[in-house]
Amino acid sequence: MTGAKAIVECLKKENVEVIFGYPGGVILPLCDALYDSEIRFILTRHEQGAAHAADGYARASGKVGVCLATSGPGSTNLVTGIATAYMDSIPMVAITGQVATNLIGNDAFQEVDTTGITRPITKHNYLVKNVDQLPVIFKEAFFIARTGKPGPVLIDIPVDVQKAEINFHYPEKIEMRSYRPVSNGHPLQIEKALSMIRTSHKPLILAGGGVISANASEELRKFVEKTQIPVALTMMGLGSFPAEHKLNLGMVGMHGTVYGNNAIMETDVLIAIGCRFDDRVTGKVSTFAPKAKIIHVDIDPASIGKNVPATVPIVGDVKNVLKQFISNAPELEIREWLEKISEWKKKYPLTYKNDSGLKPQFVIETISALTRGEAIITTEVGQNQMWTAQYYKFRHPRTFISSGGLGTMGFGFPAAIGAQVARKDKIVIDIAGDGSIQMNIQELSTAVTEKIPVKVIILNNCFLGMVRQWQELFYKKRYAFTCLKERQPDFVKLAEAYGATGYRVTKKEELNKILIKALSHKDGPVLVDCIVEPEENVYPMVPAGASLNEMIGGLA
Amino acid sequence: MASYDSHIISVTVENKSGVLARIAGLFSARGYNIDSLAVAETEDPTVSRMSIVVRGDEKILEQIYKQLNKLVDVIKVQDLTAEEHIERELVLLKVNTSSSSVRNEVIQIVNIFRAKIVDVSRKSLTVELVGGTAKVDAMIDLMKTFGIKEIIRTGKIAICRDNSKEK
Repeated sequence: MTGAKAIVECLKKENVEVIFGYPGGVILPLCDALYDSEIRFILTRHEQGAAHAADGYARASGKVGVCLATSGPGSTNLVTGIATAYMDSIPMVAITGQVATNLIGNDAFQEVDTTGITRPITKHNYLVKNVDQLPVIFKEAFFIARTGKPGPVLIDIPVDVQKAEINFHYPEKIEMRSYRPVSNGHPLQIEKALSMIRTSHKPLILAGGGVISANASEELRKFVEKTQIPVALTMMGLGSFPAEHKLNLGMVGMHGTVYGNNAIMETDVLIAIGCRFDDRVTGKVSTFAPKAKIIHVDIDPASIGKNVPATVPIVGDVKNVLKQFISNAPELEIREWLEKISEWKKKYPLTYKNDSGLKPQFVIETISALTRGEAIITTEVGQNQMWTAQYYKFRHPRTFISSGGLGTMGFGFPAAIGAQVARKDKIVIDIAGDGSIQMNIQELSTAVTEKIPVKVIILNNCFLGMVRQWQELFYKKRYAFTCLKERQPDFVKLAEAYGATGYRVTKKEELNKILIKALSHKDGPVLVDCIVEPEENVYPMVPAGASLNEMIGGLA
Repeated sequence: MASYDSHIISVTVENKSGVLARIAGLFSARGYNIDSLAVAETEDPTVSRMSIVVRGDEKILEQIYKQLNKLVDVIKVQDLTAEEHIERELVLLKVNTSSSSVRNEVIQIVNIFRAKIVDVSRKSLTVELVGGTAKVDAMIDLMKTFGIKEIIRTGKIAICRDNSKEK
């Protein structure tokens, strides 16, 4: 068979059910082979949309997302999506076409050094120079993408390799001497950690995205219920522990809860699980968790000790390590600590002035109530993302889908499309800003064509809101290049132009009714343009570089 | 960076195209400096060994070690500075020899260092020296008095001493 047919066979062997992509000259042999296969091909309207959709699919399902593009501009358009997946450790395989092997290096039409460009933003990548390498490379690529610390893997395939003949045989197993991810935590380290936990008076868990990617929410809950240790979450960890559990302290960091950040400042033993201490979480590193010994559990040794020194480092799969923890976990007597935390919770709840105007926080709270925390929520980046993280009550893992590390505007909508393809049973909502939705608005066409019933809720403040907020607070209200009021499109008409349904909410009183209508849409995408208070800020806020207890605003 | 100790890191990698770029990219992306780098195939043609000389504090070295290990094509990373090892560097020097007396002096130095003359012309001698960095530096320093026309160094390579206690 041809290389292209062999690739389709490889994808079938890896149980790929859907590919998000965009065709082009040198990927045509593969597109042609896919045309006859049972693998669903979703044509996005921009390659970036394809990468984000594959990412959203992976985050919602836990499976490897697959995207495809041609050479040159096709592959460079994937770059932002690949980098987004890389920063958040999302399993993805990106397939790109490349010019014929005899033309590589000649500056041929639509040639670009794809493996060179993507090297720093992929877990690994391949240029397939010989058709016989295809099966092993695909086997390795999927293995690498989904194991260890997951991440995107790119396979660049010259057009002549796709056309060449191969005697196809797919390897059953793969053995790589240079890649052997660990899975269990070292027993001695586990014992050290547990004895530290046993003697602590103010223990705190900080759970990150690693809990979700390891599918370890159940283990986390068991560990918490046995020990009664309260849980703070990083943004990427939202959903790993139910928002309404009494031991949940919500998100910590720059826009974290006061009680969560206070707990970090006061804890004596911080158990960090599957997180990497991003600067948005730690604030000023030198004053982060100043009283705590830190137990740091992560699959990636390089994440341990990189930003914050660990007293007890534990390298291992979060799920396995939590299982190891549970079997010997103590039942702690920490009533004083828990009382202190409840006091903080009562004294400093997340709050905003819910006056007569349509407040963005109120929109999120209403969506949260209407969906009972059961929807999959994607976000764009900025205020929309932070209000969602603060006010939506996530109950399950893989229901909060957001670009945490790279902070990619334009991510949420295509990611929602991918998530909806993975989870047809769920309501999928993209919480967007009027700025970021315009970065991948063309995917309305994809959602309409494929009848993907995602809901886009725009918190429309006619500003690049988060940047405006920084300008208000730190740049003397000089709103340089952040006002979008001039010539802002009519989003309702825009939705209609694409063949989608659009609604507008301008008053608080209309919100509930219109949202109910929008949420009940089944046939295709629906967009709700919520005209919210233009200068509302996200609070509380720890200014960049400040300590977590130096919060401004929102302190009731 | 200058105040930090120099470390020689031995990295065995899959002998595939692109591996050098991955490693060089890792150093540049994270802002670590490479003082020298030498790479070639090993006794197993599917494996290459790199000797990378870097400087950094403990934290930087720990990150370098971990980040290198994270690369899929990296088989093993070893900081040889921490162990008993032998290091060598090769240098080729083209030295001005304007008069016969200078020429004689250069030849004497070559003999003292147990270096080799590998090319002769009317106006220069090309000298080859293999040794540790201190020895190489010392000879270069002496030769400077005559005027060095050109110089090329391989950068350090190193290998662990066979520890008989382990057997």
